[in-house]
Amino acid sequence: MTIKEVAALAKPWVSGSAQPFVRIQSITKKFDDFVAVDDVSLDIYKGELFCLLGGSGCGKSTLLRMLAGFETPTEGSIEIDGQDMAGIPAYDRPTNMMFQSYALFPHMTVERNIAYGLLREGVRKAEAMERVADMLRLVQLERFAGRKPDQLSGGQRQRVALARALVKRPKLLLLDEPLGALDKKLREETQFELVKIQETLGVTFIVVTHDQEEAMTISSRIGVMNAGRIVQVGEPAEIYEHPNSRFVADFIGSVNLFAGHVTVDEADHIDIATPELEGVIHVGHGVSCSPGQELFYAIRPEKLRLSRARPDLPNTFPAMVDEVAYMGNLSIYRLRLPSGRHLNATQVNLSRHVEDAISWDENVWVSWDDNAGVVLTR
Amino acid sequence: MSRALTTFAPFRLTASLLQRFGLGGRSLVIAVPVLWLAVFFLIPFLVVAKISLSEAAIALPPYLPILEWDGERAIFSFNLGNYRYLLDDPLYLNAYVFSLKVAFISACIALLVGYPMAYYIARSPEPRRTLLLTLVMLPFWTSFLLRVYAWQGFLRSNGVINNFLLWTGLIDQPLVMLQTDFAVYLGIVYTYLPFMILPLYANLVKLDPSLLEASADLGARPLATFFNVTLPLSMPGIIAGFMLVFVPAIGEFVIPELLGGPDTLMIGRVLWSEFFSNRDWPVASAVAIAMLIALVIPIMILRNAQAHAQEET
Ligand SMILES: Nc1ncnc2c1ncn2[C@@H]1O[C@H](COP(=O)(O)OP(=O)(O)O)[C@@H](O)[C@H]1O
Ligand SMILES: [Mg+2]
Repeated sequence: MTIKEVAALAKPWVSGSAQPFVRIQSITKKFDDFVAVDDVSLDIYKGELFCLLGGSGCGKSTLLRMLAGFETPTEGSIEIDGQDMAGIPAYDRPTNMMFQSYALFPHMTVERNIAYGLLREGVRKAEAMERVADMLRLVQLERFAGRKPDQLSGGQRQRVALARALVKRPKLLLLDEPLGALDKKLREETQFELVKIQETLGVTFIVVTHDQEEAMTISSRIGVMNAGRIVQVGEPAEIYEHPNSRFVADFIGSVNLFAGHVTVDEADHIDIATPELEGVIHVGHGVSCSPGQELFYAIRPEKLRLSRARPDLPNTFPAMVDEVAYMGNLSIYRLRLPSGRHLNATQVNLSRHVEDAISWDENVWVSWDDNAGVVLTR
Repeated sequence: MSRALTTFAPFRLTASLLQRFGLGGRSLVIAVPVLWLAVFFLIPFLVVAKISLSEAAIALPPYLPILEWDGERAIFSFNLGNYRYLLDDPLYLNAYVFSLKVAFISACIALLVGYPMAYYIARSPEPRRTLLLTLVMLPFWTSFLLRVYAWQGFLRSNGVINNFLLWTGLIDQPLVMLQTDFAVYLGIVYTYLPFMILPLYANLVKLDPSLLEASADLGARPLATFFNVTLPLSMPGIIAGFMLVFVPAIGEFVIPELLGGPDTLMIGRVLWSEFFSNRDWPVASAVAIAMLIALVIPIMILRNAQAHAQEET
């Protein structure tokens, strides 16, 4: 097998050979007249950690709740492991959910919370307790088995909620902003734990988040949502480097966006003229467009290079440094172009001698490679 | 604001003065309800307790003083005979037991009827919820006495219910409903139902719906969710509602008087007749004190249970 073939096996969405594990087909959810989820179709494969990413109110939770069986789709169908979910109540679905608020039972101890699902399923008490103990070990909460949820910290509650959802060994685990209530440091730690647990157990995860960094860090693939629709599905790097729309480019990471029109349209390169730059933007590959077409060009701040001497790159423009934000590992430059337009550029701080670094009010050259940016037609 | 106050010299002076007498802000806040209880509960209670220990007499007021001054010495004359009398005559004990039974069964029925109503109201969307709550409280706007009289009109042998049943041909003899224990239960449940519904509603409306979803998600059918999640979490509401029905129902006078038969001997009626018909204030007071003691014990048990339930949730 070639490396490519191995990769394709690990990424069934690439090979297209495997049967999707979760199959969402043209699903729509309306609350009265309001369309919360709008004609979403999505295939998710076994063992994936799939992130639904989008701003607040874009319908992520509603989509997840339809998978769990708490909301009935207005239109469309959901299949999980080959089984149509229409008419199957939440308590009969092969899914478990970790709630945004955790929804731990306040009158039960940690142990009873985790055992709850097993006991409802009719698992014998002794076996249930054994599995609960295993789960407690996995989330490192053995010492807290006898506590009530209100005697736990936020991070501990989060792990109880995860253990409670995992103990039934669901085929599909749905997580609604699982780390949303944790502070930044704990969140980063927990992200890795979550991925580790997911890989250990091999359960398919669908995670809802509004945090694009989190989505980039943990997921096998991301579905970006906007106003009830899925606007792009792809691996993190694909979404980041090849956004298919201005919305995605802007939502994931930060980006410098130019509006312009095509002046040269060749098979192996195009030129874009924009009033915000003196001269044209060279794109080093062909784009399906027509001469004169209005489109957008997006370039990420870390793809920009700053130098005092004029470099020999196809896209080189003069600029002045307006502001510098020193972040330690890197610096963020706010540049002003002669047109008055601002650009953001990040530079890795390679040297410890900040005195030598490009600083306020310097006239510099900003340049980028002709394959560094993305042409967007919508 | 509080910092500004505490650095304000006159305030500091007053505060330190009060503190010297052991009256910090905290004890002052407690002082108000304590004073209230002392004036409107403890003192009247002591007066009644005093009367219960005296001897009946044809006088004004109709009892003899406990403490007499015969010119040289004070003479105490405690009379425990009133209490002995309560124990000797089975009438009183029967009335107590019967009152407890009626109150307990009524509270249970009110719970069974009130719980689904409270649950439904708590789960209703907003405009309807307020409407339903208003409907629950609406009866309070008319006189309680009037409403109990109205039940007489319904339950009489030529009342609304009997007339209707006779008209449909389901019965050919009017049912005897008025002046029965059934009518008393009906009256008490009807009257006290709002006191059951309101605390239950207040509890159930706080119940986080995501807990019910979590339960379903973990494989519990609706009934299992109810018994494992909803019911235990609403225990404080159940106990509060139960207490609000049970306790006043024990001493209820009007409902057994107007709807019950002559043999529906509840303690409130006994009290009334001792006081107004027999004019035996000491025995009436003894009945009242004994009732209070009989009440305090179940209340303590319930309160204890409630404290436990609160701890649980
Ligand atoms: N039960 C409901 N009734 C009416 N509107 C709802 C309901 N649930 C969600 N919505 C609306 O649907 C939209 C999407 O909600 P949600 O899926 O929770 O968004 P998010 O992406 O933040 O999780 C929101 O505008 C929300 O107000
Ligand atoms: Mg949400």
